[in-house]
This record gives sequence, structure tokens and C-alpha cells, in this order.
Amino acid sequence: MVALHQRVPAGAVKGPGARIQINELSHAFDLDGQALPVLTGIDLDIKPGEFVAFLGPSGCGKSTLLRLVAGLELPLEGRILVDGEPVERPDPSRIVVFQDPTLYPWRTVWKNVSLGLEARGLLKERRSTVDDAIRLVGLEGFGNAYPRQLSGGMAQRAALARALVNDPSILILDEPLGKLDSLTRISMQTEIVDLWEKRGFTTLLVTHDIEEALFLAQRIIILSDRPAGIITEIINDRPYPRRRGDPYLAELRHQAFEKLGMDATW
Amino acid sequence: MSSSDILARNVPDHKVSLFAKVSSGKPSIRSREVLAKPGEASWLRHPVWVAAAVLVWIALAVISLGVPDQPVGFGDAIYGRQTSIGFAVWALALALLAVASVFSSALRTRSLGWWPWLTVLGIFFISWELSTAKFVLLPVPFFAPPSALVEVYADDWPRLGDSLVNSLRLLAFGFGFGAAWGFVTGVSIGWSRSLGYWVHPILRFLGPIPSTALLPMAFFFFPTSFSAAVFLIALATWFPVTVLTWSGVAGVDKAYYDVARTLGADERFLIFKVAIPAALPHVFVGLFMGLGASFSVLVAAEMMGVKSGLGWYLQWAQGWAAYSNMYGALIVMAIIFSGLITLLFAVRDRLLAWQKGVVKW
Repeated sequence: MVALHQRVPAGAVKGPGARIQINELSHAFDLDGQALPVLTGIDLDIKPGEFVAFLGPSGCGKSTLLRLVAGLELPLEGRILVDGEPVERPDPSRIVVFQDPTLYPWRTVWKNVSLGLEARGLLKERRSTVDDAIRLVGLEGFGNAYPRQLSGGMAQRAALARALVNDPSILILDEPLGKLDSLTRISMQTEIVDLWEKRGFTTLLVTHDIEEALFLAQRIIILSDRPAGIITEIINDRPYPRRRGDPYLAELRHQAFEKLGMDATW
Repeated sequence: MSSSDILARNVPDHKVSLFAKVSSGKPSIRSREVLAKPGEASWLRHPVWVAAAVLVWIALAVISLGVPDQPVGFGDAIYGRQTSIGFAVWALALALLAVASVFSSALRTRSLGWWPWLTVLGIFFISWELSTAKFVLLPVPFFAPPSALVEVYADDWPRLGDSLVNSLRLLAFGFGFGAAWGFVTGVSIGWSRSLGYWVHPILRFLGPIPSTALLPMAFFFFPTSFSAAVFLIALATWFPVTVLTWSGVAGVDKAYYDVARTLGADERFLIFKVAIPAALPHVFVGLFMGLGASFSVLVAAEMMGVKSGLGWYLQWAQGWAAYSNMYGALIVMAIIFSGLITLLFAVRDRLLAWQKGVVKW
């Protein structure tokens, strides 16, 4: 498939990414009959092809926000529009990569990656995209391996390939690197930026790691404690590829600490 | 470029050693060997066992051929001579195997685990032969010499074979229906809450009744004793298969469904490609339990009403005080039932090759 190899320059208007508009979004969990508010009054406009990261205290509702965008849950109030259409159900154009790779242990890597195509009955005509995606994430030669035989980083790569094969317009990353060791995490951060630049999908990333958010995203949304609302956002217009030692990123990092109320530790 | 080059270049965090197994084909068998070795006591693999086993079996052949049988009842055992020759042939075969394994290392590693058991088995046969045929130390009609078993298999094999075929036929129908219905019921109530509402009370009320308790009623209601037995075996299989399949389907990680739903899966896909494969390990536990239950109902049904089969044969042999026939049938039963369980585990190992650390039967 052409799109896999097409290189779209960063910052340019990217074709395949979708626009996301979130208006007055509020959500609550039902906890034994009691409503537990998790999100309140979220307003956000995300440009097609933008890379946005969400930072906030743990348990604040970041993941819930992503599940709502994915259509895995429906919001109680407000709405989410993707390219003008309201989100009502999950759709293969919006793929989530979770913190756990959640590969199916009974399927080989190849069969896991081809899951989306198989589910939609497209596998026959698009078999080669599966091989392409596996190659793209560096798992060539592991098609016949079972998930239990993979290391954590490889499993997460396979999960990424499973998402990419569907040519999503939105990639939703819910702390995908959270459980990996730091070296693997650093190398996969670079790979994610590469993939995003090549494919041009809109990317939403939830992370606990300020440095990761600054290294990857163009915009960082800082959320408050539960029920989560937007405190502020940090724009990061540094061009890619970024450098970890960049003093400008260090300055942004200081700002982020301030805004998260952790300035004392700086 | 070799495959390991690809690994090294593209995947910095991989573990090559784990993958040696994958590329060479049969991961399950290899891992079994690797797992088995460290735990094995080294004294069991000592070559002295080879000599011990061969000597014990030669001793049995010598005793059997050399010591005259004690006369019991009206005359000599019909197959006494043939049995003794059989022991001698077997002892010779073991001796040849022992010699061959000196020269062939493949044969040596393969047979290494057999010798301790062969030794013990030989000692058992010696004590059996001595305490029955040679010195008649055990009460006579209840304990038969080895030659009496040979007699059973040589003279009564048509009846025994016929019983076996009938038992297997009954078991196939009963277990087949029970397993299929158990699987369907389990998946349905695991998936649909409203179906579960109706089926769950029935399952709780009827399931725990031992099928054997329903035997008299079933023979009364069903047109033939065969169909009654099929029903009861099916019921005994159905219960554990249903419960385990149900708990398997209900226990599937919800994240698996989330993944499939975002990838565009419909409900059919969720059931057949997510819920069922994920529940399969539980299903096999249910099938294993169901198979055990089906054996016991099979034998009970054949003892109580069905006019053929191994259970019937046992009953018949006891009625004629033909105790060696009873032992003969029990041995056949042990071999066949154990074989069926082995078959089930083999199917499971094939289907669940992706699992690690499964119990080997």
C-alpha cells in the first residue's frame, strides 16, 4: 500500500489525519448508584494531523477521555465530533493502543496484526499491508511467534502494528510505553514520532512522563485532579527530530512542573 | 541475511534464546524436554537400572519355565506353557534392547526412563507368578495366575472385543452429545445475560444430581436402554462442560473486547474469534472432567441395564465367578480410558499450543 511509505513532512497539512472537536464534555462513572464525576467541561479543538499529549495526576480521567474519543463509552454531556461527525461507536479509523499490549495470546503476531482487516472482511485483498506494518515496527521475522514469546517492547510494537494496519486517521495512545524499561521507551518514542510523520494521523497521547510529552507532542494539555478539567496547555513548536538535551525543552519542562504544582521539586 | 541478523538489527530488546525454539518448529515438545530434565532425579537415570531390569525379567522367565506349577482343581493351566515362553521372549527382547542401546545413543536416551519401571514391573510379575501358579499362596478363585489372563484374551476375545466396541459406541454418542450441548450452553449463558437468567437455575438444580441416580428413571422413560444410557452419559458430560465453558467465557479479559471493537469487529466476531478462543483452556478442563464422569456413568449403566459393553462384561464375569475375566476386562478398561484421556490431552496440546506450562498427562 502506498500510504505506508509516503512521507508527509512535519507541520505541513497532512492528508489522512482527522480533526477532533470536543465541546463542553462531561462524564461520570456510576459507582454503586452514585455518580462519580470524572471529566468536566472539556473544550478542545485538535487540528488534523496534530500530536497532542495529555498530562495530569494519575486517576484524573485522562484515559476516560481517550475512551470517549475512541467511542468505547458515550459521554453523559457534551459531544465529540470527528471531522464534523459525532462519535457514537468504536470505529477502525480511531484505534487505541493501550498500556498493556492486549495481544490475543492464542494468535501469532501476524494473526494479531491482521485482526482489524479480518474483522472487517478485508484480509484477502490487503494481506500485504499486514507484512508492511510488521516490517514498519521492526518485527520482521516474528510473524509466526506467539505473544508469550515476545518481550514487552516487542509486544507493544506488535500492538502498534495492529493499529497501523487499519490506516487510522486518529491514533489514540493510552500510556503505551508506561510499562517498558527506559531504554526501550526512549527508542520507541523516536519510532512513534517517525510513524506519525510518515503516516500523518492525528495522535492523542496520555502519559505520566513530562519529558515524553515534550519530546513527542506539539501541544500538551494539562489536566486537573478528578473531575478533570483543562488547567492550561503548553505549545511546543520545536521542529522534529527533536533533541532530548534541547535547553528549550528543559525550559518547557520547568513550565510544566509549575503548572502541575510541583515547582518545589525543580 | 540470516533471520538472527534481522533480529539483531531491528529489535534491540528481543531475547534471541527464546526464539531458537520458535524457528525450529515444535515449541511445546522442546519446552517439555527442557522442563523435564532439571527436576528428574539423576539416580533414576543410572545405567544400573538397565542391568537390574534385564536380570529381573530373565529371573521371571527361569522361574516360570523351571519351577513346576502347583496343581489346582482339575488340571494344569491351559496356557501355562505359552505364558512362560511369552515371559522368556519378552526377557530376550529387553536384553536385546539393552545391548542395542549400548551402541545407539538415540535409543539410549529414549529408553533411559523406562528401566526403573521395567524392573519394578518384573518384580511384580515374579511375586504374582510365585504366589499364584507356583505356590498358590493366595485364595484360589479370586487370584488367578498370569496364564489365566492369557487364557481370557486368547479364548474370550470375541466377547470382550464386542463389549469394547459397544462401550465405545455408547460413550461416543453420550460424550459427543453432552460435550457439544455443554459447549453451546456454556457459551450462550456466558455471553447473554437474559439466557443465563433462564438456564442458570436449571443448571444449579439438575447439574449436581449424579447421573447414576437417574438410572432407574431413565430406563423407565426411554424406549431403549441404549438411548437411556446415551442420555445419562450426555447429562454427566454436559454439566462440567457447561459450567467450565460458561466461566471461561464470562472471565474473558474485557480489554480483549475493547481491542476488537475498536478494530471494527461485530458481535459474531467477538463470540467466535475472541470469547471462544479465550475460553478454550477452561473448556478443556470441563471436557476432561466430563470424560471422567462419562466413564463412570457408562460402566454403571452397562451394569444396570444395557445388555452389552465392558460394564456388562464385568457383571457377567462376576456372575460366573470368572474372576480372571473380570481382571482382563478391567485391564482393557484401564488401557482404553487412559488412551481416551491421552487423546483429549493431545487434542488440547495441539489447539492450545500457544499456552505455556500446561500439565502433561
